Amino acid sequence: MNPLTLSWKNQKDRPLQMLLTLLLFGLGVGLISLLISLNTQLDEKFKNNLAGIDLVIGAKGSPLQMILSSMYHIDAPTGNISIKEVKPFLNPKHPLVKLAVPLSLGDSYKTFRIIGTTHEYVDSIFKESVATGKLWDRLYEVTIGANVASKTNLKIGDQFHSSHGFTDDGINTHDHGEGFKVVGILNKSNTVLDQLILTNTQSVWAVHDHEAEEKKAPADAPEGEHDHDHDHDHADHSDHDHGEHDHGEHDHAAHEGHDHDAHDHSKHDHAAAPVFKPLTAYPDKDITTLLVRYRNKKDWRALNMPRSINENTDLQAASPAIEMNRLYSMMGVGTDALRNLALIIVVVSGLSIFISLFSSLKDRKYELALMRVMGASRGYLFFLIILEGLLFAIMGYLLGLLLSHGGMALLSGYLEEAYQYEFSGWRFFKEEFWLLGGSLVIGFLAALIPAFQAYRTDISETLTTY
Amino acid sequence: MLRTQQLEYTYPGNKTITFPDIQCEKGSQWLLLGQSGTGKTTLLHLLGGIRKPQKGKVYVAGQELNNLSSTALDQFRGKNIGIVFQQSHFVQALTVGENLQLAQTLAGHSADSSRIKNLLDRLNIGDKINDRTNRLSQGEQQRVAIARALVNSPGLILADEPTSALDDENCKEVIDLLETQAKEEGATLVIVTHDSRLKAFFDHKIILQ
Repeated sequence: MNPLTLSWKNQKDRPLQMLLTLLLFGLGVGLISLLISLNTQLDEKFKNNLAGIDLVIGAKGSPLQMILSSMYHIDAPTGNISIKEVKPFLNPKHPLVKLAVPLSLGDSYKTFRIIGTTHEYVDSIFKESVATGKLWDRLYEVTIGANVASKTNLKIGDQFHSSHGFTDDGINTHDHGEGFKVVGILNKSNTVLDQLILTNTQSVWAVHDHEAEEKKAPADAPEGEHDHDHDHDHADHSDHDHGEHDHGEHDHAAHEGHDHDAHDHSKHDHAAAPVFKPLTAYPDKDITTLLVRYRNKKDWRALNMPRSINENTDLQAASPAIEMNRLYSMMGVGTDALRNLALIIVVVSGLSIFISLFSSLKDRKYELALMRVMGASRGYLFFLIILEGLLFAIMGYLLGLLLSHGGMALLSGYLEEAYQYEFSGWRFFKEEFWLLGGSLVIGFLAALIPAFQAYRTDISETLTTY
Repeated sequence: MLRTQQLEYTYPGNKTITFPDIQCEKGSQWLLLGQSGTGKTTLLHLLGGIRKPQKGKVYVAGQELNNLSSTALDQFRGKNIGIVFQQSHFVQALTVGENLQLAQTLAGHSADSSRIKNLLDRLNIGDKINDRTNRLSQGEQQRVAIARALVNSPGLILADEPTSALDDENCKEVIDLLETQAKEEGATLVIVTHDSRLKAFFDHKIILQ
């Protein structure tokens, strides 16, 4: 019978005590491991998504909110800015700005955000490319992120209607006008790009213009077979019941065939070549934010740019790195508190290992003396008790990992919705290896005094007094 | 096989007991009789190398126990001396068979399940091999204790009051078992007791005063 089997059987003999000790230890370890996992994964995702963006320019409001909404696509945007306000930055000859990528937010499909932007967002900012298909170029064409494809089952050629806002409540669906059409799927990049639906800025405008136009002149239906019911009250948008809307009558084929020239805006012309004017040609249109990369980060004029924008214009400029550091320091208080709580739990569970071993030793004193009589040395008994402490620690550690990674796997769905990233429950981190070391040290320390007691057992005295 | 020389033990309260010299041949069977307070158990512990004498020497199979280091003495005891105690104690978490296995491995032997099975059969408790020890009757527990003392085929078997808790019938049975099993193993048997019922069974007797 080897000492490990003996330790195990000794513990198994008192299952309730063992369960309590293990649960306590497992909870402590689990909490720490969960924090490690969350922190590391969040940190990674945030870093990945910085993507070399030096400055975000948008509407005045909370700078953190602006960064979260346009870099990480978590929060709501702060508002819109008109193109004429940001025109100087869109000038390719701007002395400080190397790259300025516009983002237009506002719509979503099944909670995945639809972003109106330019190809530079994919090519230059994330340096990614399509896995299949191509990047959008015509109006209403979209290229979707890898996770969007896998979660919604959208394929190339599929069409869908977007919803207003970022929730999937089925109320605010833009189900008139053109559907978006998938023309490409991006490579998986482990960035926020995986969760986005990308199109050009004009498409985002067009969805809303189309709607606005229908609101303005509901009775003025275009000629042709475009015969779906326009009589319902578009102005009372939030109240009207789309459930009653008969989609069966929605003759899409006819719809697409109908003469858009009747609307009299050329960009609706699907047949036309996909040539868009630069955004600066639409000074009165809005975008949400502009992502800026400097020519030279160390240029003092570039460093002064955010301040001068904030002071002299109605725009707001914020540096993602600074805002994220601010966020970290705010969250840090919470994680520190949680981490300390976890440490306390672990220390208490170490204490419970100690008490468990110590009290069991009282009952087992005679057994230990007997084992000495049978040939066990003092060192063997010492080793045996230490082994029991380590065994508790290892089992508690494994239980903790199971709890944290299992919990993370369960949480990941919720987190993905909240943070727009995929979290994996089954990724392991090198910190968890250190955690194992820490657990073993605690198990060892907790067993030290009981083991020393076992070592010092006087056999003769024990055998005569018990 | 077993020999003592001018053995003396001083208790913490300075009470000193001097023991008569003992010399037991290999395979012989002895009764050490004495009333309470005559140091019976102390003597047994001295003979078994469980306690060290302040004066005098104990030789088992030619080895002077005092000359051994603590660890070497533990090993020597495990291999060469089997001890049956008045109260049968076992490792609670283990079954009968596992307790015997533990005795084998702690003495430095490898586990030998056929030896264990054999021994338990000889003691008529072969069917208890997978039982927990606290499920056994007192008589059965005493047999398991005897089996444990015998399992490593020691040259010397010491028994401390093995019968004092037993009725006449069980008493005779346990003594018979000890006698026959010790004989079968060729072991020297020393029983320490105040139980005068045992006088009739043994030729060699040492009376402690």
